[in-house]
Amino acid sequence: MAYSEKVNDHYTNPRNIGTLNKEADNVGTGLVGAPECGDVMRLQIAVNGETGMIEDAKFKTFGCGSAIASSSLATEWLKGKTVDQALEIDNMDIVEELSLPPVKIHCSVLAEDAIKSAINDYRKKQGLEEIA
Amino acid sequence: MVSLPIYLDNNATTRMDPRVLEAMLPYFTEHFGNAASRNHPFGWQAEEAVDCAREQVASLIGANPKEIIFTSGATESDNLAIKGVYEMYARKGNHIITVNTEHKAVLDACKHVMKLGGSVTYLEPNCEGLIDLAELEAAITDKTVLISVMYANNEIGVIQPIKEIGAIARKHNVVFHSDATQAVGKVPVNVDEDNIDLLSMTAHKMYGPKGIGALYVRRRNPRIKVTAQIDGGGHERGMRSGTLNVPGIVGFGKACEICKEELSGEMERLAELRDHLECELLKVEESYVNGSTAHRLPGVTNISFKYVEGEGLMMGVKDLAVSSGSACTSASLEPSYVLKNLGLDDELAHSSLRFGLSRYTTKEEIDYAITHVTDAVNRLRDMSPLWEMFKEGIDLKSVEWQEH
Repeated sequence: MAYSEKVNDHYTNPRNIGTLNKEADNVGTGLVGAPECGDVMRLQIAVNGETGMIEDAKFKTFGCGSAIASSSLATEWLKGKTVDQALEIDNMDIVEELSLPPVKIHCSVLAEDAIKSAINDYRKKQGLEEIA
Repeated sequence: MVSLPIYLDNNATTRMDPRVLEAMLPYFTEHFGNAASRNHPFGWQAEEAVDCAREQVASLIGANPKEIIFTSGATESDNLAIKGVYEMYARKGNHIITVNTEHKAVLDACKHVMKLGGSVTYLEPNCEGLIDLAELEAAITDKTVLISVMYANNEIGVIQPIKEIGAIARKHNVVFHSDATQAVGKVPVNVDEDNIDLLSMTAHKMYGPKGIGALYVRRRNPRIKVTAQIDGGGHERGMRSGTLNVPGIVGFGKACEICKEELSGEMERLAELRDHLECELLKVEESYVNGSTAHRLPGVTNISFKYVEGEGLMMGVKDLAVSSGSACTSASLEPSYVLKNLGLDDELAHSSLRFGLSRYTTKEEIDYAITHVTDAVNRLRDMSPLWEMFKEGIDLKSVEWQEH
């Protein structure tokens, strides 16, 4: 199967690979997927407590090119958004942006799960309720 | 300079040898006759070419030319062997013994037999991919009509103890079929020494054309019969009807002849190249060879690079044509059942690459592969959360994963 140009670009030049301090109060970490399923994403956000703005986002992904591209794109989109705005990111937006074929839609679902999971981790640290 | 991309997927198919093509060409246009036309020179010429090819094919596996039944390829040969024996020996019994790491052509034909009311025992190989002979013998009942065990595995290249399996089958008076698709032309195969009754082979895995293969059917000591699965003009001693694919057969014969001539030198050269590739790639931390290294085809290695996913890895070595056991590369989204059935963690199956070398593979190509695979593994590990966790000393088995 041939990859879209955008998947190739994110795979070759992934944005925001790295690790934030997961113990920090303003950092939310989402770890989703499972090694035996062939993909694991870890997505982290650093939130400015005053503005509610996501100031930094990092990822590391074990998975195929589409999984790597989906998480790379997610970090790009997260930066500069408020936490509330970030919740609105839908997996189909990722599918569209990267032109993912049907068999790769689960990669975008995983990226959306990772965003939600990171936000929930952040909310928990702030004493807020988790969002389903 | 190597020319890119580099083809290292020779267990999928091989490039046809130009000498094979040359032998075939006249049989498309000039000598186009039907080998079954008995009354004119066009037919005679075709028949003569087929006879010659039949001898070349038989000679490679130590058989008599009359024991070669031409088919469209190994999948058809496997089907004919399994369904054909099941039908032919119905009066004796309905039990088949095979292995759960066989090719789908064998496994699915067995599944079909089960639908017809047959019973099938699937032996489980050990972690090296080899079956246990005592287990095989214990599985034989008075209803067993067939033992089907592949010669060499297509994913890991592991060679089963064929001669010993054949001896057990003979001792119990059970027909022995071996899918030797990956082995014929790559290692010495001899149906008499190996006690094989039925053997599947195909031309395109040995530098011949696609669409032509054969089933060896033993004629004496003992005489084996299979029920035809394609009805028609009664070609191929009534076991496989259909006008013979003369150009394909000629090419198949030529491919066999070349393999026979070059076999021993080529085995040595390929093993040397493969060992070099494997030795260098095993220098990458947390990399493992899958399957037995002692009983294996010379040109194959299957390596798992832990904490890196196979499809992602293949994307990182775009100029190398290889295969992976990763789920992402299969239509079913399941990782390789062969690797899983060796008892490998799914995770390691997802992280595997298969390298298959050929007659055309050069040292320069192997060196290119070593450098680029090593770089890609390192690059992907830098972005792998599993690698980071491994390095932090976290036991990945203790983590509660959110499967999706």
